[in-house]
Amino acid sequence: MLSRVADSIYWLNRYIERAENVARFVDVNLNLMLDLPVGMTQQWEPLVVTTGDLNLFRDRYGDATSNNVIQFLTFDPEYPNSIISSLRLARENARSIREIISSEMWEEVNDFYLMVKDAAQTKNSTTLSEFFTQVKRASHRFAGVMDATMIHNEGWHFGQLGRLLERADKTTRILDVKYFLLLPSAEWVGTPLDQIQWISLLKSASAYEMYRKVQHRITPAKVAEFLILDREFPRSIHFSLWRGEQCLHQITNTPSGTWCNSAERAIGRLCAELGYLTIDDVVEDGLHEFLDQMQRSINNVGNKISETFFGMETITTNAVMSQEQTM
Amino acid sequence: MRRGAVHLESYDPQGFYDELFLAKGQPRPSAAPLLEWIQGLSSAELQQHHKTAQITLFKLGVTFNVYSDNQGVEKIFPFDIIPRIISAVEWTKLEQGLKQRITALNLFLADIYNEQRILQDGKIPAEVINSATGFLKPCLGMQPPAGVWCHITGTDLVRDKDGQWYVLEDNLRVPSGISYVLENRRVMKSTFPQIFQTMAIQPVDEYPSHLLETLLNLAPPQLADPTVVVLSPGIFNSAYFEHSFLAQQMGVELVEGRDLVVVDGYLQMRTTKGLRRVDVIYRRVDDDFLDPLVFRDDSMLGVPGLMEVYRQGKVAIANAPGTGVADDKVVYAYVPEMIRYYLGEEPILPIVPTYLCWREQDRKYVLQNLDKLVVKSANEAGGYGMLVGSVATEVERQAFAQKIQQNPRNYIAQPTISLSRVPTLIGDRLEGRHVDLRPYILHRGEEIYVHPGGLTRVALKKDSLVVNSSQGGGSKDTWVLTGD
Repeated sequence: MLSRVADSIYWLNRYIERAENVARFVDVNLNLMLDLPVGMTQQWEPLVVTTGDLNLFRDRYGDATSNNVIQFLTFDPEYPNSIISSLRLARENARSIREIISSEMWEEVNDFYLMVKDAAQTKNSTTLSEFFTQVKRASHRFAGVMDATMIHNEGWHFGQLGRLLERADKTTRILDVKYFLLLPSAEWVGTPLDQIQWISLLKSASAYEMYRKVQHRITPAKVAEFLILDREFPRSIHFSLWRGEQCLHQITNTPSGTWCNSAERAIGRLCAELGYLTIDDVVEDGLHEFLDQMQRSINNVGNKISETFFGMETITTNAVMSQEQTM
Repeated sequence: MRRGAVHLESYDPQGFYDELFLAKGQPRPSAAPLLEWIQGLSSAELQQHHKTAQITLFKLGVTFNVYSDNQGVEKIFPFDIIPRIISAVEWTKLEQGLKQRITALNLFLADIYNEQRILQDGKIPAEVINSATGFLKPCLGMQPPAGVWCHITGTDLVRDKDGQWYVLEDNLRVPSGISYVLENRRVMKSTFPQIFQTMAIQPVDEYPSHLLETLLNLAPPQLADPTVVVLSPGIFNSAYFEHSFLAQQMGVELVEGRDLVVVDGYLQMRTTKGLRRVDVIYRRVDDDFLDPLVFRDDSMLGVPGLMEVYRQGKVAIANAPGTGVADDKVVYAYVPEMIRYYLGEEPILPIVPTYLCWREQDRKYVLQNLDKLVVKSANEAGGYGMLVGSVATEVERQAFAQKIQQNPRNYIAQPTISLSRVPTLIGDRLEGRHVDLRPYILHRGEEIYVHPGGLTRVALKKDSLVVNSSQGGGSKDTWVLTGD
C-alpha cells in the first residue's frame, strides 16, 4: 500500500474520532454548567487548557466565555482542531483516497462534513446539544460503515490504528479536565458538586452506565481506574492502545510480544506498562502528571508510526500534508 | 397523442444540421425508435427521468473542478438525457479517419524528435516546429516502446450545416472526459433500461480494459507482472475525479509525484513496506511538470530524475513526453500534409480551413475579417484565449487585433462553423442545442482501438457554440449503433 494512502486513511479516522471527542467534552460541559449552584462562575477555560492550545485561544478570543470556547472548539475554521476543521481535513483525506475506500465511506464523510458546515452557518444555540449528538452519531456511523464495507486489509488496520490512538489521547484529556475544574475549596471534595463533575466526566466518555455496572460507587480513584486501565471498556486508554497494538501486528505480521520496528516497540512497551500498573501507583505519582506523561507516550507512538510507515519528506504546499497531532 | 406529451412533431431543426431530425417533425431513421419512445412519455415523466439522472451523478460524485478555496466545492458536469445517435455506417467512416489521422500524427512525432525528414523535405516550415511551445528539446532522440508516442488521444470533431465532419483539434497530451462517457452511460442505462433493449447500441464499458492493455503493452516484455500507475497532480486538479475513477476501474495505484522517487536508476513508489518499482505510468500531468530537473524546476507535481529513467527505457510513460507539439493549433493546419507525406493517402477527415497569422497574407485577411472568424491562440484549451468574431464587440475585436499583431505566431483563425444540433431538454420542452464530439483513441502500435462513441459536449446556452465545461457546457450520452 502506498505510504501516502496509509497516511490518509490513518488521519481520516483520527480526524473523525477527534471531532467526536471534541463534541463529547463540549456537550458535557454545557450540561454541567446548567447544574452549577447559583452564584458559581462558569468554567470554560479548562476545556481549552486540555487541548493544549490555550495560548492560541487567548490570542484570538481573549476571555474564556462559553460562547468563545464553543465557537473556538466547534466552528472556528482557522483552528485546526475544531470540529469543522477536523471534518474538512477528514473529507480531504477521504477524497484523496476515494479509489481505496468504499463509496459508502466516502458518502458518510461527505454527509458528515455538509451537516457540520450547515450547522456552522446557522449557529443556533438552542440546538447545540442536538448538534453534538449528531456529531457523535455520525462518527459512530462512519466507524460502522467502514467496518462493514471495507475489506479488513492493511488499509483498514491503519484506519483503526488512527482511531484508537486518537481515542486513547482524548481519554487522557477528558480525565485531565477534572484536574483543572476548580472546586470552591478543598472541603468541597466528595460533595454533591464534586460527584456531579465526576459523573459528567464519565458521561463525556460515554462511560457512565458501563462504569456503574462495574463499580457502583463514584470515587475519583475508581473513575480514573476505569478510564485508564479497564481491559474491556472500549474507550479506556489501555483497551485502545492494546487494540492498536494488535492492528500494528496485523500490518507487519509480527507475532505479538515481539517487535520489528520502533512503532511496535513503543506501543508494546506502553501496553506492557499499563498491563502491570495499579491505580494506586497512578494516584501516588499524581494523576495529572501521569496523564501528561501518557499523552507524551501516545504522541511518541504516533510519531514512530509516521516515521516507520508514512516516511516522506515534509511538503508544505497544502493543508493535507501537514497533519499535526497537536491536541 | 397523450395529453402533456413531448411535442416532437413541432421540433424544428431551423436550418441547422440536426443529429436526430432530417427536417421538422421528421426523425432520422436511426433515431426513430428513440423518438417514438420519448413521444410516449409525458413531459413530466421526462423531467423526472432527467432529475433522477442528475441526482444519481451527484451521488456517484461524478464531478469536476473548483477546489480553489479549501472548502470542497465540486461541480457536477450537467448531463442531458436525450442522447446523440451515430449510425454504424457513419461511425465506420469516422473510425477510419481517426485511425488514419493518429497514425500520421504518431509518425510525425517519431520523425520530428529524430530525423526531422518532414522539415528537410520542406513540407512543414522548420520555424513552426522550433517556435512551438510543446516542442521539447530534451525529447530529441527518444525512441518510446514500439515507436508509439501518443497512446491515448481525444480528437475533437464537429459537423457543419451540411453534415460534413471536421476535425476541430487533437488532444495528444492528457485528454480528459472518458470517465463522464462511462458514468453517463451507466446513468442512462438505469434511467432508460427499456430503450436499451430495443435499440442495438454499442456498449462502452470495455474502455478500462483496453486502456489497461495499452499500458501493460508498454512494459518491458520480460516482466511477468508489471506495475502500472496513474499519475495525478492530486485532488486540486480539475480532472481529479477522472484520475481516481480510471485507477479504480483498472485496479491500479493512483499516485502523485510525491509518492514516487528515483532510486538505483529505477522509478519507485513509497509503500508501507518500502520502495516498489514502477514500470508504466499513465500520466495525467502535463509535460512541463513531469521532471523538475529537465523541465520546470519549480514544479512539485513530478519526479526529479524521471526523464533520465525514461531515457534509459526503465519506465514507460503514456503519453510520451513531447506529444504536445502536435497539439499546437498551427501544427494542426499541417496534419493533412502529414497524412499525404507519411502515408501517401488523402485525408479521410478534413480539417477546418485555417488561417495562420504568422503568414503575412493570412494575417491581413484575418485582421480585415475578424467579425466573420473565430480566432484561437495556438496553445490554450478549455475555450480560453479565443475570440468568436461574430458575437464579439468592436472593443474586443480591437484588443484581439492588437494581440495578433504583437504575437502572430500564437494565433490562428477559422471560419465560424455552424455546429450541428441535438434536441435537448430545456425546461419542459426539447430545443436544439449545438454539440461537438470527442472520441477516444488508444494506440498500441500494432493495433489502434477507437472507443465507440466518445464524449458529446453540448452548449446548454441558447445559440452558444462554446461547449467546454468551464464555459457552461454539459454532456450527452453518445450512441453508436451496430448493424445498419
